Amino acid sequence: MTVNGWAQIALYSALIVALTRPLGGYLTRVMQGERTFLTPVLRPLERAVYAVCGVDERAEQGWAGYAVGMLAFKAACFLALYLLLRVQDLLPFNPAGQAAVGPDLAYNTAVSFLTNTNWQSYGGETTMSNLVQMAGLTVQNFLSAAAGIAIAVAFVRGFARRSASSIGNYWVDLTRLTLYVLLPVSILVALFFVWQGVPQTLGGFIDATTLQGAHQSIAIGPVASQEAIKMLGTNGGGFFNANSAHPFENPTALANLVQMLCIFSLGAALTNMFGRMVGQEKQGWAVFAAMGLLFLVGTAVLYNAESQANPALVAAGMDPAMGNMEGKEVRFGIAASALFATITTDASCGAVNAMHDSFMPLGGMVPMVNIMLGEIIYGGVGSGLYGFLLFAIIAVFVAGLMVGRTPEYLGKKIEAREVKMTMLAVLCLPLVILGFTALAVVLPVGTGALANAGPHGFSEALYAYTSAAGNNGSAFAGLSANVPFWNTTLGIAMMVGRFFVIIPALAIAGSLAAKKTVPASSGTFPTDGGLFAGLVIGVILIVGGLTFFPALALGPVVEHLAMHAGTLF
Amino acid sequence: MLTHIRPAVMMVVVMTVLTGLAYPLAMTGIAQALFPDQANGSLVIQGGHVVGSRLIGQDFTAAKYFHGRPSATSAPDPNDASKTVAAPYNAANSSGSNLGPTSKALVDRVSADIARLRADNPEAVRAVMPIPGDLVTASGSGLDPDISPAAALFQVPRIARVRGLPEAEVRALVERLAKGALFGLYGEPRVNVLALNLALDHAAGG
Repeated sequence: MTVNGWAQIALYSALIVALTRPLGGYLTRVMQGERTFLTPVLRPLERAVYAVCGVDERAEQGWAGYAVGMLAFKAACFLALYLLLRVQDLLPFNPAGQAAVGPDLAYNTAVSFLTNTNWQSYGGETTMSNLVQMAGLTVQNFLSAAAGIAIAVAFVRGFARRSASSIGNYWVDLTRLTLYVLLPVSILVALFFVWQGVPQTLGGFIDATTLQGAHQSIAIGPVASQEAIKMLGTNGGGFFNANSAHPFENPTALANLVQMLCIFSLGAALTNMFGRMVGQEKQGWAVFAAMGLLFLVGTAVLYNAESQANPALVAAGMDPAMGNMEGKEVRFGIAASALFATITTDASCGAVNAMHDSFMPLGGMVPMVNIMLGEIIYGGVGSGLYGFLLFAIIAVFVAGLMVGRTPEYLGKKIEAREVKMTMLAVLCLPLVILGFTALAVVLPVGTGALANAGPHGFSEALYAYTSAAGNNGSAFAGLSANVPFWNTTLGIAMMVGRFFVIIPALAIAGSLAAKKTVPASSGTFPTDGGLFAGLVIGVILIVGGLTFFPALALGPVVEHLAMHAGTLF
Repeated sequence: MLTHIRPAVMMVVVMTVLTGLAYPLAMTGIAQALFPDQANGSLVIQGGHVVGSRLIGQDFTAAKYFHGRPSATSAPDPNDASKTVAAPYNAANSSGSNLGPTSKALVDRVSADIARLRADNPEAVRAVMPIPGDLVTASGSGLDPDISPAAALFQVPRIARVRGLPEAEVRALVERLAKGALFGLYGEPRVNVLALNLALDHAAGG
């Protein structure tokens, strides 16, 4: 670890703190339908969208209506993307002549992009036409991000409203988030990326003759426009197979910094929007602080692990000074690779600028743990906030049990219905992760896809289902997942991980919105301070630890011990 | 339920037009107007031919050129399309090795690369220069255009011998082309291999 490395991490953290309040204020105004500086330009477009779609923007929905709208929309997204993938060979903007995508991969990819997972069983430059990258994948990058934030906003309205029967209008939330937040920021970020060297062209390949006279075919395309929303919407699906490690996706250290800022900025700003909407910004900062602490601990562990050189390679004669450079790019080095890996798995982004499969055992464990904890550290856009607030509900419930009072959070009584729904959401993640991993490692069709032997191979399977269920999308990418067994089971894991959290969350929002607000008294547990933040962190770590420690012990922990004992597989 | 079908379908259509066609096509137009060099891949053109991209590494194997990092990219096997063969710096199929830290294949590959580096660079071995980590580890993309300054300096004596140049001159070239961190903070010390080799050829060609 170096002073420069820590300075990079410190500056990044300071920039996120600085962005949180202004962006949170803007999000609040947009989501409450207030006027912003973009209103004169975008309001006519917004009205046109409602007119074409037959949406009455003043009609609000109850939680069930909101949930059904979300599901109907996701079904339409699935059909549109699935169909586009299946017939891409017949459509224009296919300069590289990519073939139609097979049914299991098209299903997996469609589910993956509409659930904001962006797991990729394929390599982008060898599979997808420019039309699919733009009109299929980029569109879902926008819509799945907007959909995620919409759910978080609806959830916060549950706390903010009193004796209300509605939690917002799904179509209005979706439209406003896309038009006022995601699209304008993406335009700026995309142009910045082009300036830094990210291509933006409709061409497919460039033929070069290298200095040594060899032929090099260089894949290219409309990369920058997809790259911007890929990061901002915590989607993470790369234009190229190597994702943000590819020099065309992430050409410079400065581009890398902006990519990392994009991943966290909206998730962090949502904590501030939450505070503003419930009337006390401090409530938002307590959430922000708890997330921030978990982020810094993860970064420190990962950075420390990757700063060590692999002892087997040092024994073979390699200089240990640079640390573990396998799978990393020279322009990012250890610090910016470790920071990126922490951020991308704290959030549900899943973009990678270094190959997690080649991390040191404990270095590779940090991304896995981040996802297993529920990606509640700023998190995916929207899903991070509602995921964290579910843990906050458990925390106040536990605190209530300790002192024998009915738990309250932000003046709302937390009762049996809320706690049951929360547990349903919290338990679905371990069920699919551990269940499918167990299945994959006993079936030949499962183990046949593993690239590495020994405990690292087990980690590849565990990481895959963790990433899918957590809607992350990063991978221990040696896994050859593009076979029907993996495509199918991963697709199921992605859907369960998305919708079995969203639907209970909306149900909680509906039931909280209907409640009266209890005035705070001397017996109320304060939820805007360090005690609360510490208690939520404790709950998150205990739930995650009890559930996943045995599986982690079989993978990264055993591998760490084996590596230091000099065992190779 | 039925009331949701029209907005669900129409929203997909409208948003596809807005974010899937209008947005990327507008970005393409603006990018091509403002930053045509970057937007088309930062290409290096010599004598009317594209010799590569400044951002994409190339497979340098000749002794007279600086070598880049090992690359784990592959290409379809011409004899059997269901298999792949090693094809370093295949810019049509980016990939890392994805070998884990306890992989025997990784240790074997690195050991072989270290032996080859020592055989190719006897001067560096005599000067007891350590084997730089980045020169024996595969990059994440398989297309890393850069190496560390240490990895370039390790190769300086070989280049000087093969090209018949004074070592100091080659070393000065590396130092001139090496880049540090932006604002002294962001980015690692590095040097672009294609830029180094273009400069060497340029010097040789007069």
